[in-house]
Amino acid sequence: MAEDYAGPIPVPLPETRPYWEAARRHELTLPFCNPCGAFFFYPRALCPTCLSADLEWRRVSGRGRLHTFTIVYRGPRTFPLATPYVLAMVELDEGPRLMTNLVEVDPDPAALELGMPVEVAFVDVNDEIGLPHFRPAGASR
Amino acid sequence: MSADRRRLRGGVAIVGAAESDELGTLPNKSAFALHAEAARNALADAGIDKADVDGVFCAGLWMASETAEYMGITPRYIDGTQIGGCSFIAQVEHAMAALEAGHCEVALITHGESGRSRIGMPGTRFGPDSIRLQFENPFGLYGPPTGYALAATAHMRTYGTTSEQLAELAVSTRRWAEFNPRAKVRDPLTVEEVLASRLIAWPLHLLDCCLVTDGGGAVVLTRSERAKDLRSTPIYVLGTGEASTHVYVSQMPDFANWDAARIAAARAFEMAGVSRDDIDVAQFYDAFTIVPVMGLEAAGFCEPGAGGAFVSDGRTGPGGAFPMNTNGGGLSYTHTGMYGMFMLVEAVRQLRGECGPRQVAGAKTAICHGLGGMFSASATLICGTEVP
Repeated sequence: MAEDYAGPIPVPLPETRPYWEAARRHELTLPFCNPCGAFFFYPRALCPTCLSADLEWRRVSGRGRLHTFTIVYRGPRTFPLATPYVLAMVELDEGPRLMTNLVEVDPDPAALELGMPVEVAFVDVNDEIGLPHFRPAGASR
Repeated sequence: MSADRRRLRGGVAIVGAAESDELGTLPNKSAFALHAEAARNALADAGIDKADVDGVFCAGLWMASETAEYMGITPRYIDGTQIGGCSFIAQVEHAMAALEAGHCEVALITHGESGRSRIGMPGTRFGPDSIRLQFENPFGLYGPPTGYALAATAHMRTYGTTSEQLAELAVSTRRWAEFNPRAKVRDPLTVEEVLASRLIAWPLHLLDCCLVTDGGGAVVLTRSERAKDLRSTPIYVLGTGEASTHVYVSQMPDFANWDAARIAAARAFEMAGVSRDDIDVAQFYDAFTIVPVMGLEAAGFCEPGAGGAFVSDGRTGPGGAFPMNTNGGGLSYTHTGMYGMFMLVEAVRQLRGECGPRQVAGAKTAICHGLGGMFSASATLICGTEVP
């Protein structure tokens, strides 16, 4: 799929590169602030709560809950997912929220409940970048 | 600090307000042409010569200085604040501060945007290594509708807000547009038609979304003692507020509540010394039907979650108890991309009593409650014909 991938491909910044390097290995890692004892997202050079640079990257469970979503009927002209697709916010068990696609579901509002448990499912877009999609927890592969 | 801001109440006034010569689809006019037309018209409305303008305020990178250059103005006070569609409402606060401090005598706030035809438009700052391109767009965040739909879903699922309630707002707004000859769409609209329009990003239908147009607008402010010598009725700045909580929608603190708007409105009401009941006419930014619903809640006109019921039964339309978006709003009148300027122009015209068939009788106090980004920022202005 790599050469044919039609969607936007993230270009890392210095402070986000470890996230994308881990994602390439299908590992979801987040910056963890040692003084705060808490994760945050998106990655920054300093903790947005205390402004400390005493940070480390930690792998998280990849589990969370559907926080909110929309079913997109009019999307980008070149995008790998066919409309309608589910654009979602997931709140990870570790606290932070991230934007993702909810896959392996019917794009039907009646089938999607806020708070439903979800888990990460990476998709490779090229040799460098894997994207963290999510699917209902326990869904078949 | 709050006592200090109350001291500013009524110290400056809006003395000129105008749109560009035309609004709509204007492939023959660049964004800067629209800026300049609107600014010229607003200065003429105020009866102030271009040479007297010493403060220029525009939204965007280099915009204030380039607009000044385009118009042959040499400002001594320059403000390029860009917080999205409410930038111009925030700039009323900034102009007030600059005028009160004596940094300038005549403040010109201009807007010109070729939102539809894209003629002479500046580029975007969201390059491939931006946070948006890394963490949002790869998942198909596509323009404003998808971002706003995330909040609409949260609001509906948290509070029980319905698509019918959102459609009612679009219908009431269209009824105002029927009375505005400059509105882009003026045909009567029904709730059923809104709900039958195609889905853009569930739960938002096409007719839950604003127009995309070309146009410009401008306002002129000066200190109130100078305003008294000008030909127009001064519209006094009574209260202002602004706030920004995030840029990227994925960072929205609470998807069912608009935090920036709550902060901005509270500051404006505290400064103005008026109550919600004192508001005669309201302009609430309506990029999407969900936005005024959440805005009314955030500004304290109803409880959190009660916005859907608040806008029902034609309440915000002509003859309703809460006349709102009396020009037809971004939904039916015009929406260039940064709509907030047109809210200021309409508030001024309503308070001057210039609105003809859509005039709210006896309007003395108005609110403009603006939106920026993806529920990212907000700016509020309370203005009136008298200083309480």
